[in-house]
Amino acid sequence: MSQGNMNLTLKVWKQKNKNEKGRFETFDAKGISPDMSFLEMFDVVNERLISSGKEPIAFDHDCREGICGMCSMYINGRPHGPKQGVTTCQLHMRSFKDGDTIVVEPWRSAAFPVIKDLAVNRSSFDRIIASGGFVSVNTGNAKDANNILIPKHDADDAFNAAACIGCGACVAACKNSSAMLFVSAKVSQLALLPQGQFEKKERVLNMVKQMDEEGFGNCTNTGACEAECPKSISLENIARMNREYLKASFS
Amino acid sequence: MASSSKLNAKIPEGTLEQKWTKYRSNVHLVNPANKRSLEIIVVGSGLAGSSAAASLAEMGYKVKVFCFQDSPRRAHSIAAQGGINAAKNYQNDGDSVYRLFYDTIKGGDYRAREANVHRLAEISGSIIDQCGAQGVPFAREYGGTLSNRSFGGTQVQRTFYAAGQTGQQLLLGAYSALQRQIGMGAVKLFARHEMMEVVKIDGKARGIIARDLITGKLERHFGHAVLLCTGGYGNVFYLSTNAMGCNVTAAWKAHKNGAFFGNPCYTQIHPTCIPVSGDHQSKLTLMSESLRNDGRIWTSKIQNDARKPNDIPDEERDYFLERRYPAFGNLVPRDVASRAAKERCDAGFGSGASKMAVYLDFAANTERYGKIETTKHNLHNPSKEEIIRLGKAVIKEKYGNLFDMYKQITGEDPYEVPMRIYPAVHYTMGGLWVDYNLMTTVPGLFALGEANFSDHGANRLGASALMQGLADGYFVIPYTIGDYLSEEIRTKTISTDNEAFLIAEAKVQDHIHKLMNIKGSKPVDHFHKRLGKIMWEKCGMARNKEGLNWAISEITSLRKEFWSDVCVPGEANEFNPELEKASRVADFLELGELMCIDALDRKESCGGHFREEYQTEEGEALRDDKNYAYVAAWEYKNESDFKLHKEELNYENIKIAQRSYK
Ligand SMILES: Cc1cc2nc3c(=O)[nH]c(=O)nc-3n(C[C@H](O)[C@H](O)[C@H](O)COP(=O)(O)OP(=O)(O)OC[C@H]3O[C@@H](n4cnc5c(N)ncnc54)[C@H](O)[C@@H]3O)c2cc1C
Ligand code: SF4
Ligand code: FES
Repeated sequence: MSQGNMNLTLKVWKQKNKNEKGRFETFDAKGISPDMSFLEMFDVVNERLISSGKEPIAFDHDCREGICGMCSMYINGRPHGPKQGVTTCQLHMRSFKDGDTIVVEPWRSAAFPVIKDLAVNRSSFDRIIASGGFVSVNTGNAKDANNILIPKHDADDAFNAAACIGCGACVAACKNSSAMLFVSAKVSQLALLPQGQFEKKERVLNMVKQMDEEGFGNCTNTGACEAECPKSISLENIARMNREYLKASFS
Repeated sequence: MASSSKLNAKIPEGTLEQKWTKYRSNVHLVNPANKRSLEIIVVGSGLAGSSAAASLAEMGYKVKVFCFQDSPRRAHSIAAQGGINAAKNYQNDGDSVYRLFYDTIKGGDYRAREANVHRLAEISGSIIDQCGAQGVPFAREYGGTLSNRSFGGTQVQRTFYAAGQTGQQLLLGAYSALQRQIGMGAVKLFARHEMMEVVKIDGKARGIIARDLITGKLERHFGHAVLLCTGGYGNVFYLSTNAMGCNVTAAWKAHKNGAFFGNPCYTQIHPTCIPVSGDHQSKLTLMSESLRNDGRIWTSKIQNDARKPNDIPDEERDYFLERRYPAFGNLVPRDVASRAAKERCDAGFGSGASKMAVYLDFAANTERYGKIETTKHNLHNPSKEEIIRLGKAVIKEKYGNLFDMYKQITGEDPYEVPMRIYPAVHYTMGGLWVDYNLMTTVPGLFALGEANFSDHGANRLGASALMQGLADGYFVIPYTIGDYLSEEIRTKTISTDNEAFLIAEAKVQDHIHKLMNIKGSKPVDHFHKRLGKIMWEKCGMARNKEGLNWAISEITSLRKEFWSDVCVPGEANEFNPELEKASRVADFLELGELMCIDALDRKESCGGHFREEYQTEEGEALRDDKNYAYVAAWEYKNESDFKLHKEELNYENIKIAQRSYK
């Protein structure tokens, strides 16, 4: 195990499963290298816990390069921690100071029940996409791709909206647990493209309906979601979705 | 050499250009009413799994999808950066189906099946059309058309991309199609479920045993056919560009149930990854091959040069790829680039603390782009700063997310200093042996995407895995599965209380029970890291007889140690990531041995498989076509006991030649 010189105290939310009550527990993280990622620091802590016969801390992760959206830690009161534009797995220990106490919690939202410790259930997001986050085109129906011309500017905007990784930090950041940023990113991507025009109305109505049914809160425009989104998904998407929604409701 | 009688590749008759077309016109079909009563299990939700599941559901089959992540959208296809190939010839630069086919066979060092690769090239264009129609936001030109870039091993621009997030955008397209079918009730999703066993009845695959990763409960699922779309096994090396959860479990269980494993030793080591920084490292991060479009790779001409890269003048830099391979330069295939970098570092020309890194430098192209921009904007006599500023903006637009990622990980700014890179394990060409229909040697059990061995021979070209995964899922399996299922229309749904299901479940139960009750002293990662080290050193970029023999005996004893000293905390009937890891590492400990056995058996060098004993005077891979132009398909007999079957590779359309990129 490579040694570093940082010694930290972790206060981590431990919760056996969704039915039992959770609480904070304190762990020492000694000899941490500033080059470790936040999750690698957790690996070290867990390895030591296991070797001394204790239970490790459960958390979600997979790609560890900021793209799968699986990691989901609420660090010192901020989803994905103190740095702008990065996910927990991309956060490095050089962003902390020796001697720091770091508080780590799961995403908190009624629509994201805790599975264990820091891992939560985000299947509500999948159901929102299933309600309308697609273009209805069966395999084999497509024409030559260059038959659809799209202004570069629109394509770029659609791409920027499509960059959402579905992590849920926007919900965790919001005092109302609103999922508007996530939903609007998908609505916007498709609203900006010619391929998305035919189902525009149903899409926004259905996705918003599903979002409400899943127990996400209302948007009161505090902007916390945009500030904490690791992919810098813009609030403009919410404005665009609101316009789409109004248009769809009145026609 | 004749192929083993146990391997029938079922390659259709006819000329190469007509095989697939004819096949599609003659393949048996299943009528819509019968489709409704046929159930298909799809394990995996990456590009291969999502596209297959969505397409099959659209056709009317009843589909169940399994993945171990919390959502299908998180399969590791999401992490693919650079792009996807297609022979569209939009750039008018001489591309064609034949050229893509030829490049792929040659890139694979003449160890892939002609018929499969030609089909892949034929389908490539439809994939782009399909994804475009779904709203995948590909990069575009100002005129609104799709944009292309170049990748290694080719001299045309045929790679379609969405910034450095091509895999993400393609997967989200396939995921949306899948979610649409889930919303309509045509697909049932089982996320956070791990397939633990294949269930066979009368020799045919009839279902799986899966573990619900939240509750730990084992479940029995029936299917008329089972599709494994479970990705690659690069994580056998512990450190790789794969996600932490990538594993071989599904493929390995299939293997132990009779599916032959094809070319297990063919591993792709990608030349441009961020170097290892310490023992704590849990994974390696790729810097996309697309960077080689605009980055020049070099080392100092002086051994152990301690100067900072920006202090080394141009004439003291060795652009070793451009020097050794003038025709392809920085765009040689991955295996060639990786070995060349290793050769330089081994010879003492590397940089960084470990000396195991070479530079990837964007300065020249930043300046070139800057000049183009000043001309475009009609700026006369621009200052050098102005040129560089404009050039950086172009580089940022092309690779911004990769540069940010590099900076975040290393703490160095690649806009100012060259990147430091080193090769890392990235992709596995080997996988379950499949016939032209993508069926394994177990009837009813199919393998798609990276999980099969099929299209890339001994080395995969960049931007071809996304193409293959989507080809398999959108356009191949919807036809080829009919060949099998048309014979199954009379098979009624089999009860999961059938004895075969009960036996398979008990076997898994027992396996988990064993793992939980070793209660040893070392965490799973301890064993995984040791296995990875053995594999990297002896079965990595360079292999030799002595090393491989040593590795085989080391792995065997490590496996024993694992089974007597691993510590899996917690309970079996709860969310338990350590148990998941333990079960996966147990399989890697068996696979690693087979990889070494295969590498030992292949007494030639080809593509990613470099046997030090077999090289040309210039240090290039030396193939032995007379004796090794075959697919090695291994049959599992018993622990450490594998039997080799050979599928002869016939090249009827391509003249097989020494690969040259000079
Ligand atoms: C960092 C990186 C960059 C890459 N860039 C490119 C590129 O630019 N161009 C290109 O062509 N290729 C690229 N590749 C390669 C390419 O991304 C992969 O080969 C391809 O995406 C694999 O797709 P797949 O569908 O076969 O598997 P995956 O996407 O890996 O999906 C595997 C699926 O199987 C599931 N699964 C696995 N085991 C089990 C189990 N036991 N039980 C249940 N479910 C299971 C997983 O949950 C997942 O859903 C890249 C690869 C990496 C790692
Ligand atoms: S909008 Fe941002 S924070 Fe919300 S899910 Fe998408 S990437 Fe995560
Ligand atoms: S682990 Fe994939 S985004 Fe963090």
